[in-house]
Amino acid sequence: MPDERKKILEVHHLKQYFNVGRKDEVRAVDDVSFDIYEGETFGLVGESGSGKTTTGRSIIHLYEPTDGQIIFNGKDVSKLHTKKEMHEFRREIQMIFQDPYASLNPRMKVKDIVAEGIDIHGLAKDDADRTKQVEDLLDTVGLNKDHSSRYPHEFSGGQRQRIGIARALAVEPKFIIADEPISALDVSIQAQVVNLMKELQVKQNLTYLFIAHDLSMVKYISDRIGVMHYGKILEIGPADEVYNSPLHAYTESLISAVPVPDPEFERNRKQMPYDDSSEMDGKKRRMVEIAPGHFVRASEDEVAMYTQRAVDAGLVTSFSE
Amino acid sequence: MEQTENVIEVRNLEINFHTYAGEVKAIRDVSFDLRKGETLAIVGESGSGKSVTTRSLMGLLAPNAEIKRGSIMFHGEDIIKKSEKDMQHIRGKDIAMIFQDPMTSLDPTMRIGMQIAEPLMKHKGLKKKEAIAQALEMLKLVGITNPEGRINDYPYQFSGGMRQRIVIAIALVCYPEVLIADEPTTALDVTIQAQILDLMKDLQNRIDTSIIFITHDLGVVAGMADRVAVMYAGKIVEYGTVDEIFFNPQHPYTWGLLNSMPTLDTESGSLSAIPGTPPDLLEPPVGDAFAARSDYAMKIDTEQEPPFFKVSDTHYAATWLLHPDAPKVTPPDEIVRRQTKFAAMQKPEAPIQNPSTKE
Repeated sequence: MPDERKKILEVHHLKQYFNVGRKDEVRAVDDVSFDIYEGETFGLVGESGSGKTTTGRSIIHLYEPTDGQIIFNGKDVSKLHTKKEMHEFRREIQMIFQDPYASLNPRMKVKDIVAEGIDIHGLAKDDADRTKQVEDLLDTVGLNKDHSSRYPHEFSGGQRQRIGIARALAVEPKFIIADEPISALDVSIQAQVVNLMKELQVKQNLTYLFIAHDLSMVKYISDRIGVMHYGKILEIGPADEVYNSPLHAYTESLISAVPVPDPEFERNRKQMPYDDSSEMDGKKRRMVEIAPGHFVRASEDEVAMYTQRAVDAGLVTSFSE
Repeated sequence: MEQTENVIEVRNLEINFHTYAGEVKAIRDVSFDLRKGETLAIVGESGSGKSVTTRSLMGLLAPNAEIKRGSIMFHGEDIIKKSEKDMQHIRGKDIAMIFQDPMTSLDPTMRIGMQIAEPLMKHKGLKKKEAIAQALEMLKLVGITNPEGRINDYPYQFSGGMRQRIVIAIALVCYPEVLIADEPTTALDVTIQAQILDLMKDLQNRIDTSIIFITHDLGVVAGMADRVAVMYAGKIVEYGTVDEIFFNPQHPYTWGLLNSMPTLDTESGSLSAIPGTPPDLLEPPVGDAFAARSDYAMKIDTEQEPPFFKVSDTHYAATWLLHPDAPKVTPPDEIVRRQTKFAAMQKPEAPIQNPSTKE
């Protein structure tokens, strides 16, 4: 079933190695491929060290990718040579960071933080226009225009994250990478920020790459999910499907470990242990589409097993091969 | 009627912090009991006073804190009145604590075996050799593989989850009566978190420790707690058994908390966030502190503080909605769903009298 929607981002065989050629070479991202469609939210989950943050940072060129191809809006952006190219690219794609305390310059006023992108890209006609844009942005994220002359320390965590979102929106990007944007916030505030992000997505036709370890929140916000482990994506599929009928044993184990706010459920919870040796057997693996739009990283001899699981879960009706 | 033994009894605790801006009323008349062998979860947002409450149990309040009123009874003695020297005998031996961040709560320059053995030498007067031998047993107990080979390693040589196991080993090595766990798994991945929580439950069964578990993760609370106290703006607003709080919550704040968390079967739509932010405790609001953020606030909520109303023998909530004259309100859908489930699973339970009730 071919997907008719427009791909805004295509990542092909992305590799991000550190300390290449040295003894302590780290393959943080190792042969990762996925597509993100325009207007959707793609959730990337995994434990710390799985490479999910590095993937996001490689896409936005905070690192120079070791190998692979990143295609954004039909253009190959994996090698950006000139400053000008980088400049244009960063207007289309912005980032929201995890720590709302560390990601705002404490010595800058809110209006200057939010307007930084506007200044760099020369988006304001004059001072009055700049002020107006900043005030509109603050309004968009639910802050008051009186807030613009204050400093970050005067705000709570949730408000700071809103400032971070306003800053990202200032250059009218098409694509936002949100790296654990709510992990540092209180539960009641998390919901506020997530709802704001969803609202903005509809209003401004944004596409999100949402990176997080909180699986219940990722499932809630995402249309599709990719599960990362040891620098590789093991499973990609529609959010509900990945959660309700995970095909890969790692995904299953990860989901079984999520605490659920239901004491009855918790009393009967069975955690599935995960044996990573099957990932380490050195067999050649690639992403195989087991059910429509549902991919699993599998070796040739595992395909039948995963297909059977998909049949058992009702994702596909019969063997199509 | 069965009366479980109380290990700690906190009564009418009030704590203020002196700051440049004025006096922050961080804890405003908090009372609770901790029973032998139970896990009491204290949930609430940052600034609700959950950490301050437990730090006062350890005698670890910041220098600008002042305990205005109240008592903390432990073995018939008031902890508040104890000197720092006396507290040093209690801390780590009778009441131990696990902090959130395993990297900052370990000494980076000391071998982990020695860090686990230290409380034994200090509190139990063991010789170094005996203490190290017990530390080794403890390492086995918390599930560190190859403990003999790792006892002389430094903290940086361990992963986050392993470090938290070591912190737990240090906390439990003296078999404390009370263990205070302040967000012990917040910094960890879910799979590691599940292991650490299982470990804590397992150890609790073996040495019959009472646990005060502080967290904002209601999923973790559902799995760990016997009883739950919900804190907001320096007060306990509702407490009850874990089933009562999750399936029959009464306070609008508890509703809001439960409602703002997506469960794995929350359909995508809009999460119901609690609007606004917690109040400034420099000038705590009059009446119900949650009124300003609540859809269910009534006129009286802004005038008079609600007392605890009894829901069951084990369940109390401080909200005017429970007053006989209050209008009947329908809670959010998710809460109604939970309450329906509660009604269905209602089973007879041994009632336990709780003395901290005020009417």
